[in-house]
Amino acid sequence: MTQPHRRREAGNGPPASAVVVGCIGLAVFFVLPLAGLLWRAPWRDVGSVLGDHDAQQALRLSLVCSLSATGLSVLFGLPIAWLIARGEFRGRNLVRAAALLPLVLPPVVGGVALFYAFGRRGLIGQWLDRGFGVQLPFTIWAAIIAETFVAMPFFVITVEGALRGLDTRYEDAAASYGAGRWTVMRRVTLPMIGPSIAAGMALTWARALGEFGATITFAGSFPGKTQTLPLAIYLAFENNEPAGLILSLVLLAVSVLVLAAVGSRVFASRLRSTALAP
Amino acid sequence: MTGRGLIADVCIRLGDLDLTARVEAAPGEMVVLVGPNGAGKSTLLRAIAGLIPIDSGCIKLDGEVLDDPERAKFAESRQRSIGVVFQDRLLFEHLSALENVAFGLRSRGARRADARRTASEWLARFGLASFASARPTELSGGQAQRVALARALAFEPRLLLLDEPLAALDATTHAEVRRDLRRHLATLDIPKIMVTHDPVEAISLGDRIVVLEAGRVTQSGSPDDVRVRPRSRYVADLVGINLLRGVLAGGAIELAGGHTVAVAADSSQGGAVAATLHPRAITIHRERPMGSARNTWQTTIDDVDDEGERVRVRVGVPVPLAVEVTPSACAELGLRAGLVCWISFKATEVSLLPD
Repeated sequence: MTQPHRRREAGNGPPASAVVVGCIGLAVFFVLPLAGLLWRAPWRDVGSVLGDHDAQQALRLSLVCSLSATGLSVLFGLPIAWLIARGEFRGRNLVRAAALLPLVLPPVVGGVALFYAFGRRGLIGQWLDRGFGVQLPFTIWAAIIAETFVAMPFFVITVEGALRGLDTRYEDAAASYGAGRWTVMRRVTLPMIGPSIAAGMALTWARALGEFGATITFAGSFPGKTQTLPLAIYLAFENNEPAGLILSLVLLAVSVLVLAAVGSRVFASRLRSTALAP
Repeated sequence: MTGRGLIADVCIRLGDLDLTARVEAAPGEMVVLVGPNGAGKSTLLRAIAGLIPIDSGCIKLDGEVLDDPERAKFAESRQRSIGVVFQDRLLFEHLSALENVAFGLRSRGARRADARRTASEWLARFGLASFASARPTELSGGQAQRVALARALAFEPRLLLLDEPLAALDATTHAEVRRDLRRHLATLDIPKIMVTHDPVEAISLGDRIVVLEAGRVTQSGSPDDVRVRPRSRYVADLVGINLLRGVLAGGAIELAGGHTVAVAADSSQGGAVAATLHPRAITIHRERPMGSARNTWQTTIDDVDDEGERVRVRVGVPVPLAVEVTPSACAELGLRAGLVCWISFKATEVSLLPD
């Protein structure tokens, strides 16, 4: 009677070696770095650093840029996700790959690419410059574009997975009850994938908030203009100022909050289905 | 013919399915579609609902052409006045019961307040007035089923389609909801088409049964007609069952002719009942059998129908029944029309219908 039970235990439980390696991995890559951050944090200076004008400016700029990037990601990411989830056209896989490329592209390469597209001598940039006198690089717009470029795929991949996992019979049902395409989308599709949209927005915002490589390449690091929190942290760290550590803690706190939100039950199930989507 | 009701001449090729079928439903009539999985029942319903276009043929409702490829006419699903109760119900889980029922009205342009008032009238009619603000997940299977029916009927469609409306229910609520459904459907004077796999549902709800096999209509007729003379193996297995109607008293059913059939029911149960008895459950004997079967009597064979791997024998007086035997048993016993023989079946093989 006990044999099947035991066999199941033996089959399901991880082997001891995996447990040991897993624990070492957890310690080296997660626990120790966090402990280091907290151990070295100059807690006495928290008040003065956060009250500092430069730090507040970087924080405000980060919020403005990352929220704008999230907004742009929703605006453009929703139709893109729709297109690659539901569209029937040749080269759809190519479009999907292109939309998700920034996920695997080194951000600094993305920054360079943006520069040669929208820079003063760039593909579109020279035309913008000559025609309208608009110069994007090294402005807050550049920071927003860079963050959008890097973060939008998180939104697209989450929503696309949700759209593909959605039972289209609900949309058929809505159509049979007299709803036009727009009504179906507004009253059935979007509410049904609502949790995934929220999860995608949280991930996108977190990614945009932490963006470094593409931003510094395309937008530079001008305090009050393009110097977002990660750039300010790096600069402070280089100069051995306590602000670097404390601002790091701010970003860590934000990350934990996002993780807690995304990790809540509804989000978790949506994310899992996204991860499993082919 | 341009009269009232539905006339659907449907030709669709979809993957492996080659569907060529004609289905008609008169106002007030309930047509039950039965057939094996993959026979094209759901596809036929989807075509009538306008969710897929037909390749050729014509779909007409009350004289209005809904789909006719030759005349390049195709009314979109939302332009057709057809209520659909979908398999698995497909209630919108982010909307309340009331909003679900109001959905069709709102989509068709009704004002919010009007739609809500009409929807709550429908909920009240189905005994769900106190569940207006409940989410579908908070409803029992039977309640959700009634919401789905109310949603399909609220905008007063000219045709009702039901795709296995009772399949998602467990056995205990099944009987109750079927009774409910029959009561509500009987009062509707629009044509109704229902897909089902349940023989009892087909026999008890249908005015006419249409059998669809591999994309073709293989039989069409009244429930009794189809039940007594099933034309294919599939139909025989599904609805070719014996139906016994009578009065239950003291653990036996007294049939109309006065003959009694022992059933496995305790003596407290009683009243008018219907019961089914599968032809496979009946044994034929040349001599009077001595055994545990509570039901044994002498009878005469009316006809013997060789269906290949099985033989369907119909016996007459005192109780007309269909009996199924193997060809070898048939040969060994020398069964033929006019032969006097004995039949027997156990009381436990008689299933009382939960009506």
